[in-house]
Amino acid sequence: MSEIEEPRLPPVTELAMASLALIVAAGIYLSAHLPKHVPLAPAVILLVASVALFAANLAALARVRDFAWDRFFAVAKWSLLAYLTIGGLIEYAFLQNHLSGGPLVVLTLSLLVFSLHVPTLIGFTVARFEVRTGLDSA
Amino acid sequence: MTDLAFTERPAAPPAHAEHAPPTIPEFEIVPRRGLIAVGVVVVAIVVAIAANKLWPLMFLHVAGGASWTILDLFLGLVLGPILGSLSVPARIEFTTRLMPKMLLIMPTVVAMTLAAGWQLGVHEGTVLTSYHNHAWIVASFIVVGVMSVLALGLLEPANIAVLIELKKPRPRPQVIEKLMKRFIYCAGILGLMQVATVVIMTKLASS
Repeated sequence: MSEIEEPRLPPVTELAMASLALIVAAGIYLSAHLPKHVPLAPAVILLVASVALFAANLAALARVRDFAWDRFFAVAKWSLLAYLTIGGLIEYAFLQNHLSGGPLVVLTLSLLVFSLHVPTLIGFTVARFEVRTGLDSA
Repeated sequence: MTDLAFTERPAAPPAHAEHAPPTIPEFEIVPRRGLIAVGVVVVAIVVAIAANKLWPLMFLHVAGGASWTILDLFLGLVLGPILGSLSVPARIEFTTRLMPKMLLIMPTVVAMTLAAGWQLGVHEGTVLTSYHNHAWIVASFIVVGVMSVLALGLLEPANIAVLIELKKPRPRPQVIEKLMKRFIYCAGILGLMQVATVVIMTKLASS
């Protein structure tokens, strides 16, 4: 079977999954300590590391020539709507349980990053296989 | 794992159709009628959390969790190998019928299980550090966390990308094969991880 033609791409999926794992770890750390007072520093460090990886990932992707951004955004915008809805549902459960203060801020920001991550991954996975003019050998 | 190539294991076509590309049936990437059911489930989750009553929370968590577990196990360990042994047209037809439904079912079932499960844990006090089996609860968080990273990072994007590739005027078999392999492998790993979830949940329910 012939190789799939696609532009040279940075390891977007791998980095995004690592970043997603950091967010999930922050969520598990906070959830595992409820209702006790928990030092926020580890969760904040995980969140900041996740955002940094996400930003680096987007910056690396932005430098790719001939990437199918039109296809990326066409898919990512609907995925964003879906995952904002899911994120909103989880946020609603937090608020319903009177979560407040630092843990609420960290978990809300984590949910926001999560809601951006998944559409980025979906958009990237679809767009990477989009055949662009000049790349299509068929 | 079985071969998932769309080109390497052709069905026995009539001689004149030997080089013809397989026909792809018309399908919707996101089945619009299914969105109504998704909306009903989302409303049910919101109402159950707001009411904070044991039975609706238990129902949504157990029904969602059982569906999630069964789907992962069945898809990864039963349907996946069967799919690999089908003829090319059968695989395409099966994929175009199954994947759009999975696109709606899986996120809905996962959101239903996790949101109702968290609220149920708060209601029953099982997510609190004072709960005698707290270590098992944290273990369940970790298993679900790993499963979500795999499902959201690999499985869901592959699902959508396969459907979009199949919608193209000239879908590339190599792309579909690569993505379907990712989907089925990932579903298999998730299926095995679901066994760990069942172990944890039965331990919690019986203690």
